[in-house]
Amino acid sequence: VSLRKPEIKLESLKEDIKDFLKTSGWEKKLQNAVYSELNVFPSPCHPAAPPEHMKEPLAYMRKAQGSWEKRILKSLNSMCTELSIPLAQKRPVSEQKELLNKWNEMGTDEPDLSLFRPVYAPKDFLEVLMNLRNPNYENGEQPSFRSHLGLIQVPLKVKDIPELKEDFSELSLNTGQLGIDDSAQVPPEFFENEHVRVGQKVLAEQDSAAAQQYVRQGCPTALRADLWALILNISNQPEDILYYEQLKSNVIQHDLLVDSLIYKDVKLTASNDDYYFVFEDYLYQVLLCFSRDTSVLEHFTYSSATPPKSYIRGKLGMEEYAVFYPPNVNYNSFILSVAPLCFLYHEPPKLYQIFREMYVRFFFRLHSISSHPSGIVSLCLLFETLLQTHLPQLFYHLREIGAQPLRISFKWMVRAFSGYLATDQLLLLWDRILGYNSLEILAVLAAAVFAFRAVNLMEVTSLAAAEAVLADLSTLKVMPLLQIFLFATVT
Amino acid sequence: FRIMAGKVKWVTDIEKSVLINNFEKRGWIQVTENEDWNFYWMSVQTIRNVFSVETGYRLSDDQIVNHFPNHYELTRKDLMVKNIKRYRKELEKEGSPLAEKDENGKYIYLDFVPVTFMLPADYNLFVEEFRKNPSSTWIMKPCGKAQGKGIFLINKLSQIKKWSRDSKTSSFVSQSSKEAYVISLYISNPLLIGGKKFDLRLYVLVSTYRPLRCYMYKLGFCRFCTVKYTPSTSELDNMFVHLTNVAIQKHGDDYNHIHGGKWAVSNLRLYLESTRGKEVTNKLFDEIHWIIVQSLKAVAPVMNNDKHCFECYGYDIIIDDKLKPWLIEVNASPSLTSSTANDRILKYNLINDTLNIAVPNGEIPDCKCNKSPPKEVLGNYEVLYDEEMAQSDGPDRDLRSRPGQSTGVKGNRARDSGKPVLTTWK
Repeated sequence: VSLRKPEIKLESLKEDIKDFLKTSGWEKKLQNAVYSELNVFPSPCHPAAPPEHMKEPLAYMRKAQGSWEKRILKSLNSMCTELSIPLAQKRPVSEQKELLNKWNEMGTDEPDLSLFRPVYAPKDFLEVLMNLRNPNYENGEQPSFRSHLGLIQVPLKVKDIPELKEDFSELSLNTGQLGIDDSAQVPPEFFENEHVRVGQKVLAEQDSAAAQQYVRQGCPTALRADLWALILNISNQPEDILYYEQLKSNVIQHDLLVDSLIYKDVKLTASNDDYYFVFEDYLYQVLLCFSRDTSVLEHFTYSSATPPKSYIRGKLGMEEYAVFYPPNVNYNSFILSVAPLCFLYHEPPKLYQIFREMYVRFFFRLHSISSHPSGIVSLCLLFETLLQTHLPQLFYHLREIGAQPLRISFKWMVRAFSGYLATDQLLLLWDRILGYNSLEILAVLAAAVFAFRAVNLMEVTSLAAAEAVLADLSTLKVMPLLQIFLFATVT
Repeated sequence: FRIMAGKVKWVTDIEKSVLINNFEKRGWIQVTENEDWNFYWMSVQTIRNVFSVETGYRLSDDQIVNHFPNHYELTRKDLMVKNIKRYRKELEKEGSPLAEKDENGKYIYLDFVPVTFMLPADYNLFVEEFRKNPSSTWIMKPCGKAQGKGIFLINKLSQIKKWSRDSKTSSFVSQSSKEAYVISLYISNPLLIGGKKFDLRLYVLVSTYRPLRCYMYKLGFCRFCTVKYTPSTSELDNMFVHLTNVAIQKHGDDYNHIHGGKWAVSNLRLYLESTRGKEVTNKLFDEIHWIIVQSLKAVAPVMNNDKHCFECYGYDIIIDDKLKPWLIEVNASPSLTSSTANDRILKYNLINDTLNIAVPNGEIPDCKCNKSPPKEVLGNYEVLYDEEMAQSDGPDRDLRSRPGQSTGVKGNRARDSGKPVLTTWK
C-alpha cells in the first residue's frame, strides 16, 4: 500500500524499505525470529557430515539411543497386544461427540486404567545411562583418587566451577537477583523497582535477545508470562490458535494408546500434587494435543532421538494418518513440565505453544541419550563431578553406604525439579534456564542441594535415610543455594 | 510447689488432637470444668451457657475463653448482615467519606456483602428486589446451620413459596432461629481457576474489639469444588458444583484425600500476579483485608468486649470474575478436623500460634494486663489492624511501602483517620 505513494523513489527504495521495517516493528520481529532460530538449532557443521551427525555426533550415543527406543517401542507394542488395543484408531462418532462435550473436564472421567502400566520408570532410564561406554576410550589406569566415582562412566567434557562462574556471571554475589534481593527485608529501592522498570522496557521494545539477557536476574512475577513468550518467540497469532484447534479435532477423531498412558500419569502425578491439581484438565488438553503435533518432528533433526511412527489402524502407509510417539512415552516428566506453566498461561492455545517450544528447546534433552552439554548424560556427569570435586568427603561417604548421589538427584534433574520445589522457586529456576539457554543449572542446583544438606547427609547410614533427608525440597530457596554454591564456597 | 501452681490448667469440650497436642506440649494441666481452670476452649454451645443470664458466670482475671459472649453478632448470617447495614447507615449519617456512594446508589467502599434479606421477615422486600432481576439466582441459607447444611439455590419465586406463606401468617411472631433463613444474591460469576469454583478460608484472630486488635493468619487456603463450574440452570441442584464446603465436597466422586481440594493462598497470589498483574492482585488482597477489618468494626460497638475472651474466626470469602472479593460468612468455630496430612499440620500450627498470642508466654493469664504481643511470637499471624497503634499515629518504623507485603495496616490507618486517602486501591 505504502509503495503507491508518490514520495517513493526508486533510488531510495532500499532505504525506504529498511525504514519501513523499522517503524512497523517488523525489523524487531525478524531479529527475534532469527535469534530464536540461533538458540534452537545447532551451529552448521561440516558440509560433508551426514544428517545423523547433526542429531548426535558420537556413534556410540546414537547406538544407545536407538536401542533404548527399540526397547520402548517393544514395550508399547506388547502392551497393545496384551490389552488388544491398537496403537491408534479412529474414534466412533458417538465417542467423538462425548469427548468434545467433556473437553474441558476430562479430569472427571473414570476409565479403567488399571491394566496400563508406565512404559518405564526414571530408574530404568538411569540404568541405561549408567551402562553407557565409549568403545574408543581405554581406561587402563588403576583406580585412584582421580577416578570418577560416580555412576556415569563416559568421558564427556563438563564444566568446572571456575567455568560455571564465568558462564553464570549474572548470578554472582554482586549482581541483584530476584529470589534474593526482593525479599521482604530488602527495600525495593535497592534493586527490585529498577529491575521491574527495565523489564517493562524490554517488553515494550519486544526484543528477544534483551529479554533473554534480562531474565538471567529473574523475572518479576507480573512480567514473566510475557517475557517467556518473547524469548520463545511466541506471539498471539490467529494461525497458532487455528493450529491448536486443528490438533484438538485430531484428538477428538482419533484415539491413541498413548492417551491412556497420559491419562493415567496425570492421575498419578498432577492430580495429587498440592500445587498442580487445580490445573488437571488443562494438562490433558495440552498433552493429548502434543502427541498429535507433527510439527514437533522438526526438532528431531537436532535430537538424537528418532520418533517411532505409527499409522491409524487401517491406514498403514498413508502419511496423513501418521502419528508419532515422542521418545519419552513415560509421561511423568511431560506432565510435570507442563504443570508449572499453568500458573502463567490460562488460555490453552497459548499454554500449548509455550509448552511445545519449551519442549523442543530444552526438555527433550532430558529424555534422550546424547552428548549435548544440556543432555541428561552430561547433566548427570556434571552433577557427579561437581560433587566429587567440591564435597569429596560427602561423595565418598554416600557411595560407601550404597547411596550414590545420582540415584537421588536423577529424578530431580529429569523433571527439571518440577514437583519438588515450590512453584515460585521453580519458576525462578526456569527463568535462568531460559536466560542461559542451557539446562546445566539443574545439575548445579542438584549439587547445591546436597551441599546444603551435607551435615545431615554425613550422618546417614543407608540409601533410605539419605532419601529421607532429601525428600522434601519444598522449603528451599533456589537462588541463595545456587549463589552460595557457585560464588561463596571455598574451593 | 510453686512451679506446679504456675502451670496453666485447661479444659475443652472439643476432642480434637490439634488442640490437645498443643496444650500438652506446653506442659499445661488438664482439668474438668468444675475445677479451677485458666483456659477453656469451648464449643459455641458451651459459651452460650457460660455467659447466659441464668448461670451468671463470672470469670476471674486468670481465666480465658476462646469465644466472645455474643460472637453471633458476627457469626450468624442474618445478624452479620444486619450489623453491617447498620454500620454503613451510621457512617453515612456522620458524613464519613467511607460511606460514599456511586451514581447507582451503591456504596463504593462498603459494598462487600451480597444483597441479603431475612426470611420470612423481609420477604416482600426480597420479592421487590427479585423482580428487578428475574433471571438472577439466589442462595438460601439457614441462619443457624453450618457446613453447607440446608443450603439450596433458587431462580424462581415459586421455589420459596413456603416463606411467603409464613411471612403473612407470622409477622408478629418471632421465628425460632432454627427456621430463619437468609437469602442472598448468588454470585454466579465467581473467579474460576482451572475452570473450577473456589472460595477462600482465612483465619482471623481477635484479641479485643475495643480497641480493635486483630491478626490475620498468613496461611489461608482456597477450597476448590471437584466438579467444573457451570452457571447452567440444569445444575443448580448439584451442590458439588456450587458449594465449596469440604463437608460437602468430600462426598463427591472426585474428592482427593491428598490435597483435599485445598490450595494455599500463596498459590492464588502467584497465579493472579502472573496472569493478571501485580497491581490488581495487590488491590484484591488489600480489599480482602479491608472487608475483614470493616466487618469487625461493624460489630465492635455491639460486641461484649469481655477482657477474658479472644476468638479465632474462619472467614469465607468469594472472589468474582472482576476480582472483587465478597464476604460470605464468618465462622466462630472453624473446623479443627483435618481432612489431609497438610491440613493437620496447618491447623496444629494455627492453634499453636493462636495460643502464643492469646496466652502470652504460655503462663497463667492476667486479664487486667492487655499488652500487644511482641512481633516474635506472632508465628504465621500478622497484624491486620491495631486500633491503638493506628490512632497513636506513630512513625512507620519498619513498615515498608510494599503494597503486597504490608498487611494493609498502613492503608487502614489512612482510612481510619477519615482521610479519603485510599491510595492502595484507588
